[in-house]
Amino acid sequence: MLTVKGTYSKAIRHVLILLVGLAMLYPVLWLLSSSFKPNQAIFTDTGLWSHSFTFDNYKNGWKGFQGVSFSRFFGNSALISILCVLGNIVTCSLAAYAFARLDFKLKKIWFALMLVTIMLPYHVTLVPQYIIFSKLGWINTFAPLILPKWLAHDSFFILLMVQFIRGIPRELDESATIDGCGQGKLYLRIILPLLTPALISTAIFTFIWTWDDFFSQMIYISDIKLFTVQLGIRALYDPSGSSDWGALLAISVLSLLPITLIFLMFQRYFLEGIATTGLK
Amino acid sequence: MRTSRRLPIHSHNRTAYAFLLPWLIGFFCLTLGPMLGSLYLSLTKYNLLRPPEWIGFANFKQIFTNDATFTHSLQLTFVYVLLSVPLRIIFALLVALALNKGIRGLGIYRTVYYIPSLLGGSVAISIVWRQIFDSEGVINAFLGWFGLEGPAWIANPDYLIYPIVTLSVWQFGSAMVIFLAGLKQVPADLYEASQVDGAGKIRQFFSISLPMLTPVLFFNLIMSIINSFQAFTPAYVIGDGHGGPLDASMFYTLYLYLKGFSYFDMGYASALAWIMLLIIAVFTGIIFATSRFWVFYGDGKGGR
Repeated sequence: MLTVKGTYSKAIRHVLILLVGLAMLYPVLWLLSSSFKPNQAIFTDTGLWSHSFTFDNYKNGWKGFQGVSFSRFFGNSALISILCVLGNIVTCSLAAYAFARLDFKLKKIWFALMLVTIMLPYHVTLVPQYIIFSKLGWINTFAPLILPKWLAHDSFFILLMVQFIRGIPRELDESATIDGCGQGKLYLRIILPLLTPALISTAIFTFIWTWDDFFSQMIYISDIKLFTVQLGIRALYDPSGSSDWGALLAISVLSLLPITLIFLMFQRYFLEGIATTGLK
Repeated sequence: MRTSRRLPIHSHNRTAYAFLLPWLIGFFCLTLGPMLGSLYLSLTKYNLLRPPEWIGFANFKQIFTNDATFTHSLQLTFVYVLLSVPLRIIFALLVALALNKGIRGLGIYRTVYYIPSLLGGSVAISIVWRQIFDSEGVINAFLGWFGLEGPAWIANPDYLIYPIVTLSVWQFGSAMVIFLAGLKQVPADLYEASQVDGAGKIRQFFSISLPMLTPVLFFNLIMSIINSFQAFTPAYVIGDGHGGPLDASMFYTLYLYLKGFSYFDMGYASALAWIMLLIIAVFTGIIFATSRFWVFYGDGKGGR
């Protein structure tokens, strides 16, 4: 039974949580509303509801610069992200299957090394990786961004999948083996379908992290035709202050759109993925 | 993937290594090899154009004795880590506790609080941050309602660290979701029993919730520290991209990037990277070593 005092304090808590939530979303709402304001109103009219409403920012922003439009940048980002997602799904699940289900020499050592690489800061391999890729003539190609994912370089996802596969009952494997399934078939027909939730988590996180991965993109890509969305935004933006803010903010909104949509669509997997594995 | 059908069930050496092949190639060519490579390069002078020139420990000597920017960037990064990690975790914990009390619409709140973690790493949000913390921006307008005059957060080097820390704390949602999951695991009868014994809300938090959450806390702490040391995009975009104004945004990774990829002093950058690795290793080592004193793995006796 709820007492009056109980309902009262509950209401207060509710309001508080709501207010904090709104404050949290404020920067995002500010971005959204400013992107529809005419340039001169963005900094004078600080309210969220605008008196003047325009799509010009989107039109201007989409034009891009130096004759390359943002459709190109979005296309590049999408291509890179999708190829990275595929790479991680295929190669991480292969490795995870071996670690979770197969017995082989030196397994413990490899597994320990795999765990260590999760915590390794990226920078300690950065310079030699750059040198290798530049000797291969791959600077200003997407290869340095995509190839690592096809070599299961994000060992984080291997761990996620190993833990997931360990939760799949072994009886399934055994009965399949008796029915004459080899390891390859077992992986393809039994494990992979059951691994779907972990694969979806992996796909979502890989997509988002690749989409947002400004650092590697900046290092490996300088040709405007190969620019990604992040590089495009950074190029539109001039820290000394003479940017076309309306266009910049409009493109910023668009750049966040794919991630947000994916999040809202797959929220369930997403939040469960974080909760069970402690991603990010 | 090819399989050999005649393998005995108990040892799958060849099959297993076939499955592991991509990872193994990656491990040797993208991790181990480059790590050794950067260790070697850290002892050389190298600019991509001419072959590396062996100089022994000269890079390290220079870094530790004669590089004010290194000292400054390390300090700045420490300040950032020491401010943002605890604040982020405390916020995550508080909001998780508030949400855990069976509130209506939990799903919506969880989504709302998570969205910053989702978007926060992008260049776009860093740009927004720069703008709302501008001296004419929303934050100072808000402070103005209370009669406070906010400083020039972005232009004044003494204050620039605060917007950057705020951006990190703003993304507490991912840690919060992990805490929420951890809180769900706490058996309800613990609370009931303690209530019977007359424990108040605060006592319950320190004697039940907190000890039960320590494994999650431990994990969050390690990952947050590792990630915070490597923060780059906010410093790069909220600052001017060269560490300014007056080196106020010269985070460690930004300094490393500028050394390696602006000045092409790749030996020096490699030395910086190895120092960073050692610092992170020491930090995580300390947390691991102390964990047995404060991380509580349920043994049925109740946490202290």
